[in-house]
Amino acid sequence: MPPIVFADHAPRNVAASRLSVRIEGIGAWTRGAPDWPSMRALLRGEQGLREDAPGKPAAGALPAAERRRAPEGVLLATEIAAQACAMAARDAAGLPCVFASTQGELAITDYMCETLSVAPRELSPTKFHNSVHNAPAGYWTIATGCTAGSSAVSGYHVTFGAGLLEAAVLAAAEDTPVLFAAYDVAATGPLLEIARISRAFGMALVLAPCDEAAIPRITLTLRNRPAAITAAPAAVAALAQDNPLTAHALALLAALAGNTNSRLTLPAASGLLLDMEICT
Amino acid sequence: MPQRIPPLAVTACSATSALGRGVAAHAQALRAGRGGLRVNDFSSATLACFIGRAEGVENAPLPQAFAHWECRNNRLAWLGLQQDGLLAAVERVIERHGADRVGLILGTSTASIGASEEAYRRLDDGHFPEDLARPAIHTPHSLAAFVAEATGIGGPALTISTACSSSAKVFASAERMMRLGLIDAALVGGVDTLCDSVLFGFNALELVSSQPCRPFDVRRNGISIGEAAAFAVLERIEAAPRALRLIGYGESSDAHHMSTPHPQARGARAALDQALARAGLEPDAVDYINLHGTATIKNDEMEALLLPEFPRASRASSTKGFTGHTLGAAGALEAVFALLAIEHGFIPPTLHCEQPFEGPHPWLALEPHEQRVNIALSNSFGFGGNNACLAFARAEA
Repeated sequence: MPPIVFADHAPRNVAASRLSVRIEGIGAWTRGAPDWPSMRALLRGEQGLREDAPGKPAAGALPAAERRRAPEGVLLATEIAAQACAMAARDAAGLPCVFASTQGELAITDYMCETLSVAPRELSPTKFHNSVHNAPAGYWTIATGCTAGSSAVSGYHVTFGAGLLEAAVLAAAEDTPVLFAAYDVAATGPLLEIARISRAFGMALVLAPCDEAAIPRITLTLRNRPAAITAAPAAVAALAQDNPLTAHALALLAALAGNTNSRLTLPAASGLLLDMEICT
Repeated sequence: MPQRIPPLAVTACSATSALGRGVAAHAQALRAGRGGLRVNDFSSATLACFIGRAEGVENAPLPQAFAHWECRNNRLAWLGLQQDGLLAAVERVIERHGADRVGLILGTSTASIGASEEAYRRLDDGHFPEDLARPAIHTPHSLAAFVAEATGIGGPALTISTACSSSAKVFASAERMMRLGLIDAALVGGVDTLCDSVLFGFNALELVSSQPCRPFDVRRNGISIGEAAAFAVLERIEAAPRALRLIGYGESSDAHHMSTPHPQARGARAALDQALARAGLEPDAVDYINLHGTATIKNDEMEALLLPEFPRASRASSTKGFTGHTLGAAGALEAVFALLAIEHGFIPPTLHCEQPFEGPHPWLALEPHEQRVNIALSNSFGFGGNNACLAFARAEA
């Protein structure tokens, strides 16, 4: 066996402390604002939550049989992912994806813990495989024929910033557009007091690597010194009262809904912030 | 195919599982063909199977300062962090680069769901009992949040939870952050612990064997579930030119089925091919492949289809018969096994495989043997068709 020689490394970029990604597509869903146009109108104060809006995401990307059986988080995540890909005019089949959720499928966690406490041998095999944090990534890649890498991440109360950073890093390092989806669904049962999330909310972006001239664009910079976290607009703060993921996502969506360039700061880890310049 | 990546130095690693605490205990057991599976004495109701249970977790409470993180998964993480000089290695990289220049990326599938299960068993008038009413442990990020606090790492911190590929993918995420210059070092790893969710969940899918699992054996009939904590510290090679190296990785999706692998190994092959491309290697350079090898009928049948890409001199084995399938920790644990094979020059055997089926037989290591290993791969495949492959190498001569 000859010695192994590493001669032709890819060029190393150790200088980058800023990451820029172009926003190619946006998806959004919460009850009463089931897509980006209605969410944008809500954030601009042009309309309120629609009273007649459907109670669950349409999830048209899923085959009908899956759509009937799939848990709420899968419906939500695939709905916002499909919206973002459609706006970006990107075929999902080739897009690496990062699905971020604070808690994943809370109703299934409640079902699992409840069933295990009384009749563990009666646990549903389907509910078990739907309980994995990457269930939406699994259903999404199956439905869209996506064979690229897929990930499912969490960062508790900083899930949104940590997940967005992961997706932007993937786009920049691999020089590829990336689908990023952040979502949570409501808790049920005894978990509600602990996990607290009472409202389903999701947003998705298709991010593409870019230079600092492209628009619309987010430029991310890591910051390790304290700064004020950008709050969600007061008019929609009630949507986010029990979930930081929703608050952080709404802060970014509000910036993207505006017509002017703006800056915001969101947390990405304990003691680590993401400064974002939004150029629209 | 992806471009070649600059290799990273693995400047520390550790493993804790049913084989013991620390890499030395693991190297000894793997070289001797001495497994760690035992009759299930864990689940809250009886379930006739074998498990890979880490010894003494019950008697190893967290230090008082971390009592708010108490749960089996974080205990096992803490035990793991104390092996093999790992905490000292983390302190060293924090001192060298600054806490905010060190990243923390951990994989887990169970996280501390065992604590949530316990809360439901002991509900107090419909509420979590007081000692378990700690929201930060009832979430997938419990492990990484605890480890961030326990180590003082202040850079990006992320939980990857993609079932049984979780803690393989952490190496890829860390490499990307380092290549972009966002961090200078990373602690990566995975911790999963035994709990009713996985024991009765895999049982419901009829994927749990009543015997110690027999990867690649014609009579294999399912997995044995295990638990483990495994970690590695990654730095640029200038920091440790002689250290073993992460040289490649691949990540893919099957786009096939939630709980069954693609029958032609499409996703697994894509992950493998990407790992070799990032490493700049052809299959004939590979000395050892640590297979996912869960001992389910379908995984092993699928994974065996990859082996004809390799020359007959390449050796392959599944170590699940030693540790059980440690699920979200398996990627990191078996990455450590690949590193041990290189460092100590041995091929772990496929424990409990007595009658291998025909396809993989020429490549399968059935008995432990000593052999120089320069390049080793590790496969990890999870629910949702989520695949990862890692490539490690000895430092160049």
